Amino acid sequence: MSQTIGVDSGILLDVEDLAVEFETAAGSVRAVDNVSFQVRKGEFLAVVGESGCGKSVTALSLMRLLPKQTARVSAKKIMFDGVDLNNLSEREMRSLRGQHMSMIFQEPMTSLNPVLTIGDQITEPLITHLRMDRAAADARAAELLEMVGIPDPKRRLNQYPHQFSGGMRQRAMIAIGLACEPKLIIADEPTTALDVTIQAQILELLKDISDRLGIAVVLITHNLGVVAAYADRVNVMYAARIIERGPAAAIFSAPAHPYTVGLMRSVPRLDKPRVGRLATIEGMPPNLISPPTGCRFRDRCPIADEECLNEPLSVIVVPTSDDHQVACWKRDAVTAGAKTLYGEDDPRSVELVKHGDETLLRVSGLKQYFKTTIRDGFKTHNVDIKAVDDISFIVRSGETVGLVGESGCGKTSAGRAILRLNDPSGGEVEFDGKLLDKNNIAAVRADMQVIFQDPFSSLNPRMKIGQILEEPIKVHKLRDGKQARLQRVSELLLQVGLYPYMADRYPHELSGGQRQRVGIARALALEPKLIICDEPVSALDVSVQAQIMNLLEDLQRDLGLAYVFIAHDLAVVRHISHRVIVMYLGKVMEIGNSNEIYENPKHPYTKALLDAAPIPDPEIERQRVKTILEGDIPSPLDPPAGCVFSTRCPLVTDECKTKIPLLTEHSVSHSVACINVRVAI
Amino acid sequence: MLKYAAKRFLLVIPTLISVAVLVFFLVRVVPGDVIEVKLQGEFGDVTPEQVYKERLRLGLEDPIHIQFANFMVGLPQGDLGISLVTERPVMHEIGDRIGVSIELALYATLLSVLIAFPLGIGSALYRGTWFDYLIRVVTIGGLAVPSFWFGMLIIMALLATVGTLPSLDLKSIFEEPLANLYTLFWPALSVGYRYAAVIARMLRSSILEVLSEDYIRTARAKGLFERVVIVKHGLRNALLPTITVVGLEFAFLIGGLVVTEQVFNINGVGKMFVEAVQYNDLTMLQGLVLVVASSFVVINVIVDLLYAALDPRIRFKS
Repeated sequence: MSQTIGVDSGILLDVEDLAVEFETAAGSVRAVDNVSFQVRKGEFLAVVGESGCGKSVTALSLMRLLPKQTARVSAKKIMFDGVDLNNLSEREMRSLRGQHMSMIFQEPMTSLNPVLTIGDQITEPLITHLRMDRAAADARAAELLEMVGIPDPKRRLNQYPHQFSGGMRQRAMIAIGLACEPKLIIADEPTTALDVTIQAQILELLKDISDRLGIAVVLITHNLGVVAAYADRVNVMYAARIIERGPAAAIFSAPAHPYTVGLMRSVPRLDKPRVGRLATIEGMPPNLISPPTGCRFRDRCPIADEECLNEPLSVIVVPTSDDHQVACWKRDAVTAGAKTLYGEDDPRSVELVKHGDETLLRVSGLKQYFKTTIRDGFKTHNVDIKAVDDISFIVRSGETVGLVGESGCGKTSAGRAILRLNDPSGGEVEFDGKLLDKNNIAAVRADMQVIFQDPFSSLNPRMKIGQILEEPIKVHKLRDGKQARLQRVSELLLQVGLYPYMADRYPHELSGGQRQRVGIARALALEPKLIICDEPVSALDVSVQAQIMNLLEDLQRDLGLAYVFIAHDLAVVRHISHRVIVMYLGKVMEIGNSNEIYENPKHPYTKALLDAAPIPDPEIERQRVKTILEGDIPSPLDPPAGCVFSTRCPLVTDECKTKIPLLTEHSVSHSVACINVRVAI
Repeated sequence: MLKYAAKRFLLVIPTLISVAVLVFFLVRVVPGDVIEVKLQGEFGDVTPEQVYKERLRLGLEDPIHIQFANFMVGLPQGDLGISLVTERPVMHEIGDRIGVSIELALYATLLSVLIAFPLGIGSALYRGTWFDYLIRVVTIGGLAVPSFWFGMLIIMALLATVGTLPSLDLKSIFEEPLANLYTLFWPALSVGYRYAAVIARMLRSSILEVLSEDYIRTARAKGLFERVVIVKHGLRNALLPTITVVGLEFAFLIGGLVVTEQVFNINGVGKMFVEAVQYNDLTMLQGLVLVVASSFVVINVIVDLLYAALDPRIRFKS
């Protein structure tokens, strides 16, 4: 294991019994509950857990960045580099922040000040802490930008954040964090808002900097793949507590807490064929206003018993390694039977549901252009943004076709054009043998439904769940009479795993996962044949994501539904799709059977995409040879001539820059749009 | 930036033309005849014939499109016609009296910004304390109290305490600046109170909003001094919406001048407005509206330019 290589065994940060309480109108919330952990000099520590588990609050409290009016922080000690932060005054703490301990945030779009130049924002800590003069600070800032991989740094220093892409802004944030060469960088979900190829660039950069400069990194993330790929050690948090911690290798190979096991089993694997349904952790994390006594995971744990009513100690050493600690009474049972903890893999569900042979949806030459006006001084000219540019595919009845790609690739626009939520600019869509046009779309819409990404904003907050579900039934006159409609609403709620009494609730009273179930029920209300699922699980935590994925599979089996499954998460798409379409800048790069695409990707973009997505297994992750794409996705306003991928392609030739590659068949069910693909095999 | 400014200024022209057209027709919709009133005042009884002759002489009997054409052709040359009452060019009439109004407007603006900034920033930074509540009461008052009534209160308060009013005889600001500023202080305050209240409230809410932004957290995480975080990172962003309000509220300020000049008996364009309406002096009225509208448009151009100066996202969107 590499966690000891090149790492000074000295402890940089030693936190004992850290607690944070927030005063809210509903009562006091203990968001961090007696958390103790250590960070060693130069190591890469990951803090992993689902939303609301207290990982960000822990980080902010260390930096003393929580609002003083509402947050109460206490700790037995927070020793940082030999000093107890508890004893530092506001002034001393301020001088420590940004100089010895710095932080990188999740949203590069909003974390930089829009009205100050990048240079100004990078030099601020240099001038404040190191008392550099303007010229020296500027020179150092240029050096820093260069170090984080931003070309032409001198010019870039004078630019403003809106002139930077998302990935570059995050690089600039890292440059700010690095400015004074701190001993510790806390990175709070630094890549969650970024595309997977950009995520790989940023994380590689962080890892490289940590290794080269000996800076310790605390990486807060919910992505187990990221943890496996980069972390030396891991803290797993659940409901305000650390429930397991240890070397990454030990945690992944022998997880000792049932929650950790559940997390790992509920994420689909990118590198392996389906092993069956995803394991799910039932229920939801507890409300921290009145947390349960004893083990907080008790209600969701498959093996909890009376013993678990007692508070688990937070430092129980797992026999296999003294560095691996867990807070669970059932740890022996967990280590012994991790594989079957959430049920054995069901051999019947290894295969996806069989689909029919008849074509349900045929998309040919679909185009969706958006007109936009570019101002150039006094002149304006119109440009077409080719969001979807000539794509063709079919979906058979009962089949799931995955549509993957990074932001701006046109996957969402394609879904909307198929549904005619936007009028397509060209091409044909044939559904159930009927060619769709403006006039017959209304009649067909009942058979072709949609589920949206954001379960928070896609339900009308002023309508009760019952009304939301009843509305389409009423509009399409599927049931006669109020009674029959209400009956149907109850059926739908049961079908998606909710309870009929929830019809009286408003959307804000439900959790994210429950709301997404309502979204699915709303789509099912019209008894469709096809549902276009637009990023249906990307706003959900992994344990909830697994529940929704399983629900979609069950519905497919029971109702013979076909799905167009739009997502950016490649592993999720692999798990659920019969066939997969890979898109980039409005074009189809590769299309084929799911396993073929994942096991034998032909297009260099597909390969890069798969390389960029980390796999939640440190053993595999550290042996992978990855091609990490450089640069950003080009602006759709000005796509490259020839192959749209040519600006980032590792195999690019001169021909690629002028010639648009056609989608050509390589085997019966596998087509690739690349002129070099034979070389690439 | 220059390009942006030039473009923004060019846009003023069509705006002003539309204002002129609107004004021309609006004043003619108003019932009542200026000539009849004027002649009656001078000679007592008048015959319709005399009225007609007078109207003919002043060009009021021309077909409306000819009148309109004359008006529009005069505009670019700075010719707003002649006052139907005094028969002096409208431009001269306004020119004689606009100085004091401009001074009063700028004075009121300055005064309200000086009042509003400490109040707005203070109540945002000390949110939820008695200081904040006090300021919120004071600013709500500013929104609720009409400026003429507030002006009268000031006058009564002055009479009750000092026993005298500032001299009605306004000294020139260039000759006796202190006396001038003292005389205009109370009228400026009376019309500026509302202005200050609006700015302070806007500033308070936009500072609160900005302080919860991610980049403020970034600034704190960098270990900057709290003062730098508030002023450099917070205030500059909070100024953007505030400046918009300063520009928009300028219109209310001018409306406030009309009554305040009456109350304090200041011989500016506000008072002139009232006179023009009283006498139904069409040309004067349209000239005044046009001048006021132009000042409003110009103020908003300045606001837009300030906006661009403060916000690079606007400056660079070419």
